[in-house]
Amino acid sequence: MSEFLLELFSEEIPAGLQGWAVKELEKLICKSLKEAGLKHGEVLTDYYGPRRLALVIRDVADKSPDISEERKGPRVGAPEKALAGFLRSAGLESIDQCEIQSNKKGEFYVAKIEKPGRAAADILGEAVREAVLHFTWPKSMRWGAGRLRWVRPLHSILCLLDGKVVPLEVEGIKSGKQTFGHRFMAPDALTIKDFADYEKKLATAFVLTHAKARQKAILEQAQKLAAKEGLELVEDEALLAEAAGLVEWPVVLMGKFDKSFLEVPPEVLTTSMKKHQKCFSLKDPKTGKLANRFLAVANLVAEDKGKAIINGNERVIRARLSDAAFFWEQDLKVPLEEMAGKLDNIIFHAKLGSQGERVERVAALAKELAPIVGAAPEEAERAAKLCKADLVSEMVGEFANLQGLMGRYYAQKQGESETVAAACEEHYRPQGPSDAIPTEPVSIAVALADKLDILTSFWHIEEKPTGSKDPFALRRAALGVVRAVLENGVGLPLSKLIETAQVNIIEQHDSFITWTPADPDQAKEDLLAFFADRLKVYLKDKGARHDLIDAVFSLDGQDDLLMIVRRVEALGVFLETDDGANLLAGIRRAVNILRIEEKKDKRSFVDVQPEEKRLQQKEEKQLFAAIAKMDKATGKALAKEDFAAAMKALAALRRPVDDFFDKVTVNDKDEKLRTNRLALLAQIRSATTKIADFSKIEG
Amino acid sequence: MSKSHKPGQLNPQNSFQDLILTLQQFWAAYGCVILQPYDMEVGAGTFHPATTLRSLGPRPWNAAYVQPCRRPTDGRYGENPNRLQHYYQFQAILKPSPPDIQQLYLDSLAAIGIDAKNHDIRFVEDDWESPTLGAWGLGWEVWCDGMEVSQFTYFQQVGGFDCAPVSGELTYGLERLACYIQGVDNIMELNFNGGEGERKVTYGDIFLQNEQEFSRYNFEIADTDRLLQHFRDAEAECQLILERGKKADHHESVLPAYDQCIKASHVFNLLDARGVISVTERQSYILRVRDLTKAVCTAWLETAGGRANV
Repeated sequence: MSEFLLELFSEEIPAGLQGWAVKELEKLICKSLKEAGLKHGEVLTDYYGPRRLALVIRDVADKSPDISEERKGPRVGAPEKALAGFLRSAGLESIDQCEIQSNKKGEFYVAKIEKPGRAAADILGEAVREAVLHFTWPKSMRWGAGRLRWVRPLHSILCLLDGKVVPLEVEGIKSGKQTFGHRFMAPDALTIKDFADYEKKLATAFVLTHAKARQKAILEQAQKLAAKEGLELVEDEALLAEAAGLVEWPVVLMGKFDKSFLEVPPEVLTTSMKKHQKCFSLKDPKTGKLANRFLAVANLVAEDKGKAIINGNERVIRARLSDAAFFWEQDLKVPLEEMAGKLDNIIFHAKLGSQGERVERVAALAKELAPIVGAAPEEAERAAKLCKADLVSEMVGEFANLQGLMGRYYAQKQGESETVAAACEEHYRPQGPSDAIPTEPVSIAVALADKLDILTSFWHIEEKPTGSKDPFALRRAALGVVRAVLENGVGLPLSKLIETAQVNIIEQHDSFITWTPADPDQAKEDLLAFFADRLKVYLKDKGARHDLIDAVFSLDGQDDLLMIVRRVEALGVFLETDDGANLLAGIRRAVNILRIEEKKDKRSFVDVQPEEKRLQQKEEKQLFAAIAKMDKATGKALAKEDFAAAMKALAALRRPVDDFFDKVTVNDKDEKLRTNRLALLAQIRSATTKIADFSKIEG
Repeated sequence: MSKSHKPGQLNPQNSFQDLILTLQQFWAAYGCVILQPYDMEVGAGTFHPATTLRSLGPRPWNAAYVQPCRRPTDGRYGENPNRLQHYYQFQAILKPSPPDIQQLYLDSLAAIGIDAKNHDIRFVEDDWESPTLGAWGLGWEVWCDGMEVSQFTYFQQVGGFDCAPVSGELTYGLERLACYIQGVDNIMELNFNGGEGERKVTYGDIFLQNEQEFSRYNFEIADTDRLLQHFRDAEAECQLILERGKKADHHESVLPAYDQCIKASHVFNLLDARGVISVTERQSYILRVRDLTKAVCTAWLETAGGRANV
């Protein structure tokens, strides 16, 4: 049992790829080991940094096991060609090396192949070589005059098994037992014995190899520096991970910037410092406001204790924040309406016109659906008209992630109502399954109009998401509608709104287009089905039974997502009750009998009315009356969208159905009686189908 | 004026020209040919044929030069402290890229006064791509104390052709670097000649008027119809030169054709600054320049410069 240590030492690897690359190496190498039958224990994948990817495999077996294999060959007396082929595949020279065995069909040759196990070092050397040669980076490169591809030039390979070098060579790079310390503080070669030695020697050479330990060191230093000034770190996990991927020996330093920059919105300052400089922001824990300090993560214990580094970073931050402040001031000079006007010059999509035209459509739709969500139509329209204006602002041009938020700030500054300003930001929500949803009526109206327009538009030009391709994030838009509607409890007539959106597009464009748009009705049906799929995914994630969802979706004319969900919920509750479970069995029985008999008779009983005079038994009569009563009651309840009441009405059917099946023979010899009874069952089927398609329910 | 003009010690810490001279000395000592700027308007040092064309083909090549660059859209009438429509890049191209190229680069920083014991120097990922040159490479932007001071690129393709061997390209943004080592916040305040008192000539003394006038020209004056015609002319001339220079087994007029590519590219940049190119047109202009570059690069590989030594 030995310990294996691999380190691939290269020029600086992009921060975001380091952790991923070690995991890939693990996959590739462990796959090779598995194929070779070499057993091993735990694999460590947390040791990586800008210049090195390390992998440790514990408890590696000394060799792979010997394998003996029997391979069945051709029958005795088979043609020469067949024999030769068999010998070649078995790696034998003469047929005399084979045994002859026999079975019912006669005698045949059997080759006994003995494969001795291979030494671990051989297997590992080959596995590493293969992994390096066949590694698939998102983007790789060549360098010098060589042919090898790696993410950046690869310089050396440290490869040790039980302290001994595992010999291998990849395109002129030979494995060895050396690595190198920090680029500036300890650049000399280090000779390594094993993993413990590797970690220890590198630590003394200013390289913290454990990626998480670097993150922790940054966080601790940052918090300490912040606390000293009575401040609090604005934590940012993504930034922390990135910063840790840019240094081998993190040294956090604090710098200042002029207080006057604090007049610029805090998100702008934080984004500017983070995006351009990978610096952390700090805030005052008492007020929650941003402080005029920042933290830079350097890769050096400087001789001057970081004076020059802080000074340099402060200069860059000053220039960056000056740019941001300039954008802010410039943008404030331009009213949002004026910015919105420039959207006419921005192509949204070759077939869908400009951003300006899209905004027009969204505004019309937002105005129309405003009353449904309890918003004032004029306010929703106003918000929609302004909501994309910030796309042409200087600030959003520089920092795309601030779209929406800047619109909100600019709207506030020019005296728009708070609801309009909020909608400028919130109409983008939700951005995904865990993002917050808009909750203010005006924001909801604009968010829904925005998403319904984009969906209807792309269905109109037949550019729907396919497989993994969804460049316009249409799935996300549909999920956004689903969440905004359900989580706010809004009943939305989707079908009608899609029609309105379609009319908006057609009125804008179709008089001069040269291509053929989708058929509106078909596009609408297809889009509704798309919503249904998104809703199913959403409900399944919430743990709803997929069969209940199917049972409700099978019904015609379901375009109100909220009602669908309420019905699914009511159905679930009903089926949990004793009445529900039994009635389900009864309905199924009815439906099954019908299916069989309808097939036999080659006719449907859907439109056959049971004749009252032919109802003979008490149970038949009771069932007939019960169905009529139930149908009326559920009809009333459904009209009020009171699904609980509908289920209650349905429950009244249980006893009559049970009694009917207990006492009445459906397939009576008298054909007229039989038909009448089947017609009765058909009534059960059609009455219950108004609530759900019970045949879709499992269990 | 003093009587003697003996060249003295260079001092890149307070003289823009000494910064350039120091880099030239450094790379000359390494063995680069020190070229002069290409005599045409280019958007980046990469456009110099010493980089674009020499990075293609099998022959080794080591060169360094300073290149004035023009980016009309970056003009700010001399009012922005760090943005100019005309500025200098210093460029070193090493082909094949030597294994110690990073260390060489760091040594060059030390030569201009940036010592790695007190400055935080970092290689931060940067994928370089030039759509008009049909070129891309991987490398880094190099940070010094949080400031981007150079671009460091391993060329993978130029004109759509694989670079083999690969060139390492080092591009120093001279004004920014000079501001940093001189401790100045505004490019116009840079000491250009290292003189003191009356003898001091600032960057602004030389280039402020230049920035103002060219910003005016680029944004307000340039005649767009004429520029459009220039673009078409350069395109047609490039194609004509390539056609006439093509022989059965080699090509004999690539460099003049490449000049026309450079011309077309600059005219496109001017048109862009004039705001007459829409988003969709933009793409098609870029593709037109790229087609020219590709044709030129194809032809280059048929010349003495682009082929292997026979």
